Amino acid sequence: MRHTIGILALQGDFEKHAEQLTSLNIETIQVRKPETLEKCRGLIIPGGESTTLTKLFDIYGFYEPIREFSRNHPVMGTCAGMIMLAAEADDYRISPLSLIDISVRRNAYGRQINSFVTNVDTPFLGESETFRAIFIRAPQIERVGPDVEILIEYKGNPVMVRNKNIFALAFHPELTHDPRIHQYFSEA
Amino acid sequence: MEEERFETNVGLAEMLKGGVIMDVTTAEQAKIAEDAGAVAVMALERLPSDIRKAGGVARMSDPTVIQEIQEVVSIPVMAKCRIGHFVEGQILQALGVDFIDESEVLTPADEANHIDKNAFKVPFVCGCRNLGEALRRIGEGAAMIRTKGEAGTGNIVEAVRHMRQVMGDIRRLTVLGDDELMAVSKDWGAPYEWVRKTAKLGRMPVPNFAAGGIATPADAALMMQLGAESVFVGSGIFKSDDPKSRAQAIVQSVTHYNDPEILMRVSSGLGNAMEGIEMSELREEDRLQTRGW
Repeated sequence: MRHTIGILALQGDFEKHAEQLTSLNIETIQVRKPETLEKCRGLIIPGGESTTLTKLFDIYGFYEPIREFSRNHPVMGTCAGMIMLAAEADDYRISPLSLIDISVRRNAYGRQINSFVTNVDTPFLGESETFRAIFIRAPQIERVGPDVEILIEYKGNPVMVRNKNIFALAFHPELTHDPRIHQYFSEA
Repeated sequence: MEEERFETNVGLAEMLKGGVIMDVTTAEQAKIAEDAGAVAVMALERLPSDIRKAGGVARMSDPTVIQEIQEVVSIPVMAKCRIGHFVEGQILQALGVDFIDESEVLTPADEANHIDKNAFKVPFVCGCRNLGEALRRIGEGAAMIRTKGEAGTGNIVEAVRHMRQVMGDIRRLTVLGDDELMAVSKDWGAPYEWVRKTAKLGRMPVPNFAAGGIATPADAALMMQLGAESVFVGSGIFKSDDPKSRAQAIVQSVTHYNDPEILMRVSSGLGNAMEGIEMSELREEDRLQTRGW
């Protein structure tokens, strides 16, 4: 049985995800080549720039290996990572993996000056639990397919969704000092 | 600056890690940069090497140039203002740029004071040559630090000097006792709270990028191996023979900075790099790194 969770380290805040998992005593490995997936029991696609990720996915041949990996392992994407997991993105520059049936809009809240922090309700973590959600030039989920479960909403929009072993978040749980969402993912 | 604002601003800098921020002067160059995989572009009227050649006073770009670039790319757009010129900063904030570089590449507007970056909502990046300078800028509210290097030279030597200095300063802090940190703060003229925080963290308290002289994929990987978390490439791309290929190669060299096989492959067949300047050819007063303190 594999113990390590892989963090895609092509570009973005992959080290923040590693810090969060390390705080839970979970072993991590940086994934820069598809073959590293063989050592992992789960994968996180971090925040970063989805145009850059698209480029590097293409050059280093990540599309099929990640799709294959996702058939029997959990995968979580935050922000740009969520865009890469989506079925559709509103931008011709992005080629998502299509691992979860959602449509996303990039930079839906505007430029950096509109980035924000807010408390969201997280009933799946327990009754009356909340989480401090950090949104940075964040994307929005505009459509959710019938098999997709909405775990967190903010102002009527889903911001964390799940379909079985695939988790997509518009915000950055890795930037807080609160590992509950990473814990939840690691138990999937 | 309120705490949450600082948090989201440092957060944006975190998202840019492992990436390349490219200087561009036109919408067309911005497209090339984005297509090549840049994580952000720095919108300028002239590239640093041209600013160096032209001499005279270098100022913030015309907002029209920046707006044209904002319209064609989806990645963050940064722009430069002069050291201490807080009104240029206000204008760039009103334009909605995603990051402001209070930069020594432009002619300083204030020789005594840097901008009070805590008074802004938009994040700032500032240059440094050592940790004390970095912590002074962070004390003023900078959400990202970069080495100054020597912009517009295509010569990596100053960026290496500054990164080695910064990383050495950090290592030194981590072995000092708590009772020795105030003396360091006094020596460096750096805010005590940030000295303490850095000593405790054992790293720069905000993302730490490299700039000033990067011209090849190997230069970029060198800076990453020395401890940079991303790189800025100024004149190095659009002053080379084949900007598109070079831009793509530098993006890959930053991701795979520890993989000599890949570095070898991406370094091959790129044509001529920008023409470089040897440091001894530069007069003391032409060194941009001595601007600001």
